[in-house]
Amino acid sequence: MRKVTVFITLKQGVLDPQGKQIQESLNALGYKEIQEARVGKYIELQVEDGPNLEARVREMCDKLLANPVIEDYHVDMGEAVHS
Amino acid sequence: MKFAVIVFPGSNCDHDMYHAVKEILGEEVDLVWYQNSNLENYDGILLPGGFSYGDYLRSGAVAATSDVMNQVKVHATKGKPVLGVCNGFQILTEAGLLPGALMRNKKLSFMCHQEELLVENNETMFTSGYGKGEIVRFPIAHGEGNYYCDPETLSSLKANNQILFTYQNNPNGSVENIAGIINKEGNVLGMMPHPERAVEALLGSNDGLKLFQSIVKNWRESYYVTNA
Repeated sequence: MRKVTVFITLKQGVLDPQGKQIQESLNALGYKEIQEARVGKYIELQVEDGPNLEARVREMCDKLLANPVIEDYHVDMGEAVHS
Repeated sequence: MKFAVIVFPGSNCDHDMYHAVKEILGEEVDLVWYQNSNLENYDGILLPGGFSYGDYLRSGAVAATSDVMNQVKVHATKGKPVLGVCNGFQILTEAGLLPGALMRNKKLSFMCHQEELLVENNETMFTSGYGKGEIVRFPIAHGEGNYYCDPETLSSLKANNQILFTYQNNPNGSVENIAGIINKEGNVLGMMPHPERAVEALLGSNDGLKLFQSIVKNWRESYYVTNA
């Protein structure tokens, strides 16, 4: 088994109204140093180890987890845990 | 003409669509649960609004991976009409049947009111009953109707006259005020506003009826030509 982590972010150039609101709220709280906030997703997958695992996880991202029209992703394959 | 309204867990405009087709348009229509799907005997496919799978992950993303959508793709490649409204539009983009994506409304809030739309292209099977440049009034009801596509896709949409409806007063931040687009082949329409909720004066507008009448009229004409 291993814990694979998928990070999904909006592509550069795609407007993020939620991130914009967060930036404005932080600015309003006095954190004037915040120039930009972008919101993404973090997905943990418990996966059985196997061949081509990274390629399979990337395929899962392309098919379902991310929308390539608006999102980028990166995958952290984690470390195998022997039980 | 026989229509199927595809019902997913979380669809909630399925009965509006059914009512519009059955009672107002006066055509045959079935509510088809997404798992019992055999679409071969249907002429037109309607993907209704709602919150399929609770909008989990992204609106329409989970429904887009269902087997029934493979059948919708087969149906679409035969040139038969497919109409996706609201969540149906989101499902069509997620399934790759239409380009672009629907993102969170610019002002973040869910909006539910009537909007004026401009008919940009009336030379399609969905809009032939309208005049070019005609203003129509349809309700919108969405939190994620902010249409986005990259500049190349936008140029291609324009070059092929794929933009059918634009907002007069853009409510959600959509690029180029886009409210509805068709595929290049012209038989798959996705739109955020609800024509099925604008089919009787009692509902505040009956401008949506012409959209359904256009589908039926064009289908009948092509059917009789093909089978003459």
